[in-house]
Amino acid sequence: MLLRHTTDKIIEREALTVNPAKTCQPVGAMYAALGIHGCLPHSHGSQGCCSYHRSVLTRHYKEPVMAATSSFTEGSSVFGGQANLLQAINTIFSVYNPDVIAVHSTCLSETIGDDLTQIIAKAKEEGNVPNGKYVFHANTPSYVGSHVTGYANMVTAMVKTFSMKSSTKKNQVNIISGWIEPSDMREIKRIANQMMAKIVLFPDTSDVLDAPMTGKHEFYPKGGVTIPELISTGDSKFTIGLGPLCTLDACIKLENQCKVKFDSLELPIGIQATDTFITALSRAAGVQVPDSLTDERGRLIDIIADMQKYLYGKRVALFGDPDTLVPLTEFLVALDMKPVYIVTGTPDKTFEDRMASILSTKVPEAKYKAGERADTFLLHQWIKQQGVDLLIGNTYGKYIARDENIPFVRLGFPILDRVGHSYFPMVGYAGAMNLVTKILDVIMDKIDREVPEEKVELVM
Amino acid sequence: MKTKVTMDPERWKAEVLTKYPSKVAKKRAKSIVVNEGDEVKQIQANIRTIPGIITQRGCTYAGCKGVVLGPTRDIINLVHGPIGCSFYAWLTRRNQTLPPTPDSPNFMMYAFSTDMQDSNIVFGGEIKLKQAIREAFEIFKPKNIGIFSTCPVGLIGDDVHAVAREMKAELGINIFGFSCEGYKGVSQSAGHHIANNGVFKHVVGLNDTPVEGKFKVNLLGEYNIGGDAFEIERIFEKIGITLISTFSGNSTIDSFEQSHHADLNMIMCHRSINYLAEMMETKFGIPWIKVNFIGADATAKSLRKIAQYFGDAGLAAKVEEVIAEEMALVAKELEPIKARTQDKTAMLFVGGSRAHHYQELFNELGMKTLSAGYEFGHRDDYEGRRVIPTIQIDADSRNIEEIHVEADPTRYRPRKTEAEIKALVAQGLQFSEYEGMMTEMGKGALVIDDISHYEMEKLVEIYQPDVFCAGIKEKYCVQKMGIPLKQLHSYDYGGPYAGFEGAVNFYKDIDMIVSTSIWKMVKAPWQKESVIEAEYAL
Repeated sequence: MLLRHTTDKIIEREALTVNPAKTCQPVGAMYAALGIHGCLPHSHGSQGCCSYHRSVLTRHYKEPVMAATSSFTEGSSVFGGQANLLQAINTIFSVYNPDVIAVHSTCLSETIGDDLTQIIAKAKEEGNVPNGKYVFHANTPSYVGSHVTGYANMVTAMVKTFSMKSSTKKNQVNIISGWIEPSDMREIKRIANQMMAKIVLFPDTSDVLDAPMTGKHEFYPKGGVTIPELISTGDSKFTIGLGPLCTLDACIKLENQCKVKFDSLELPIGIQATDTFITALSRAAGVQVPDSLTDERGRLIDIIADMQKYLYGKRVALFGDPDTLVPLTEFLVALDMKPVYIVTGTPDKTFEDRMASILSTKVPEAKYKAGERADTFLLHQWIKQQGVDLLIGNTYGKYIARDENIPFVRLGFPILDRVGHSYFPMVGYAGAMNLVTKILDVIMDKIDREVPEEKVELVM
Repeated sequence: MKTKVTMDPERWKAEVLTKYPSKVAKKRAKSIVVNEGDEVKQIQANIRTIPGIITQRGCTYAGCKGVVLGPTRDIINLVHGPIGCSFYAWLTRRNQTLPPTPDSPNFMMYAFSTDMQDSNIVFGGEIKLKQAIREAFEIFKPKNIGIFSTCPVGLIGDDVHAVAREMKAELGINIFGFSCEGYKGVSQSAGHHIANNGVFKHVVGLNDTPVEGKFKVNLLGEYNIGGDAFEIERIFEKIGITLISTFSGNSTIDSFEQSHHADLNMIMCHRSINYLAEMMETKFGIPWIKVNFIGADATAKSLRKIAQYFGDAGLAAKVEEVIAEEMALVAKELEPIKARTQDKTAMLFVGGSRAHHYQELFNELGMKTLSAGYEFGHRDDYEGRRVIPTIQIDADSRNIEEIHVEADPTRYRPRKTEAEIKALVAQGLQFSEYEGMMTEMGKGALVIDDISHYEMEKLVEIYQPDVFCAGIKEKYCVQKMGIPLKQLHSYDYGGPYAGFEGAVNFYKDIDMIVSTSIWKMVKAPWQKESVIEAEYAL
């Protein structure tokens, strides 16, 4: 057994996390910053942070992930990291010439209390930020929240830094994207395009982290929201935030800063959440929902109706980030599956309520937990107590899946051992079709592999 | 078709440096050396990375927890800090391990963390750390717990060593801490040193129960990436060499505790583990030699060194028999592949020994190494250990503890008399010596320490090697340029590459890389025919 020391006997823990269902803030900030065109993320801390974050993002996307670091040594930890960041800004603009540097802090620079606002101002004063170029920052202490918090903080920093209200309103809707894949961001733009709704999507990692092979390494790939687009978000007529944990703060900031009203929605994963998103976008942009999207929806419903036999009543365990887990749970319930165990390491005060509203009548036996020690060790212990028919989560789930022989769908961050997640969406109706197909594939593959020979079915 | 440009390496260097601000250029100039061949030039290494330059390097914690202690299975490695550090070091280095029975302890699939929160940063994390240790003990019943400090731990003043002592007394198991905060030192290298110190102080020599075996050795600096240790173990077993412990591929703390019974220490990765070999020699009298099991010829050479050291005719005969048998198989596999790899070129930028060791395998394939460098090597890894007395100790190295070691009053036992050592040296066996990478590299090769992303792109762009070897952060940048990149940290999830079977695996993988069809399809047909576009243009 891979996880041979995991048993069904649960001993209450107050301090120890085992096999976490989260990681730390800066990686989220780095990912979000890659969704700005021409942006180089910069990690203000020890080299290891930047190296680890680049590594995990690279393994997840199998794409170049460029980012720089302040390379703290013991001296910088004692005297502060100002000199390091000033030198970094100078070196970066000389060598890598980005449009913008997005600095995020780390537990180290936060603990010693480096004032990034002041250091960046000093860099500008000293003439180390060329004309027309930008340096901005987000505070992302690793000991608060999770990678999701870091993403949210970087997105909020984008609004704070760039969104500006001019005298003329623009006939466009802001869509602030929660933590989803480049494929999902591309899908959201496709949906908006079908609806003929003019949108500004940010951050937008499509065409950044799914760049084509051309024989040239584009240090700044063609994708990403541009700075003029970001600035223009202050003139938009409305904002839709997708995934409250990642985007609500940014929505509020944008409203306060530029008086742009907003709707904070769940990520459009599954039928209902996509319905809600499309309805909201249609209203906000003042456009009709085209038949083509209604047809897509119909095709999704059709697949589910056809394959109900393999979904109905199946017990599911899932782990990941709250903004993904909530609509995903709602979708699983719509499939008449039973999401019985759910954990996220990300603290989220609204998680209990959001989950209860979905699960309390349909799956009253469900157990769910968010925050410290809501880890995959606990999830596995629950599974040991009573098994499940499906596991959904990031790559680390495969150790549980193998030990317990559970069909496993990879969804979330990071996915280190498969491709596809960055190319095929999970949002929208098309994404839901993709998701339900994956679920069916693993469940039905297991049936094919394990039923007695005389029970093998040709047609299923 | 690729057009191969031959630019004089000195010119390449000069051109690359023009891109940097003058201070940066001045500093980088000392880390870029055009190899002379006969006379080894001085290279600047193990110094601070320039902020913002985009480095391959990681941190001290990564070197300590990730590299040295990561591959040991019967210990709970508890990371004291915010969650990220534990998360990123969770299974990502591909250290394989094979517990002898289904019930043997194996904690390598687990990540343990105190998941420090802001209140722990403000009020201190020692109470939480103690509680986490108690919980780990209650749930998992380990015999050993290691505590690894992350950046904030040192800053807020948590004393992990005091906590370790207290909990060791309370729980009655071995518990020890490492002050391996990420900011110490200038790279992973400091973490290796800290790990060596900790393992030596707290583990090595704890178990005096004698170990059976005629030829007893330890292998140091082998981490069982992709099963390398399994292959080396296979060869040793075949020959009849008793491997007491590997530091630390496929290892246990139990085996470390008995490692002082070995009669020879063999070092693979000099950078990460030479400290331990030195300390074991001083304390227990075990001599060390440098070996290399990367490359079939290098493996044969290393095996002969072992036979030479033990001076046993039977062992020497067995070694020759095994070499003959294995090399016959290797040669058979190599021959057809070499026809396709001969005269192709490689560049290697990785680690603290791999950029040297893997040149052996490329030599066997008939390939030329145009350029190489370490991510966290020191001058001795480039120029040889003879330069150690001349290396200036700067502030970043000075803050890493040097343990004062003396001969153990009861257990120190010289394995060879001075006369025997002298005789072996006269026969060509070198003790406590490593010649470094540069002596073995050709004239005109570019040796670059702590290469920056920019320098890497320029190397690839100008010299267009057939294979570039580095790590995951570099992989897809280089591949986007149409050049295959072989990961030498993770082997691209293949391997083993050590020993005889490993060499064959490597030949096959490089053959695959240089023969892969997809690289020829990067351009669409209409992109190749720009003439047509012109003809039809209005």
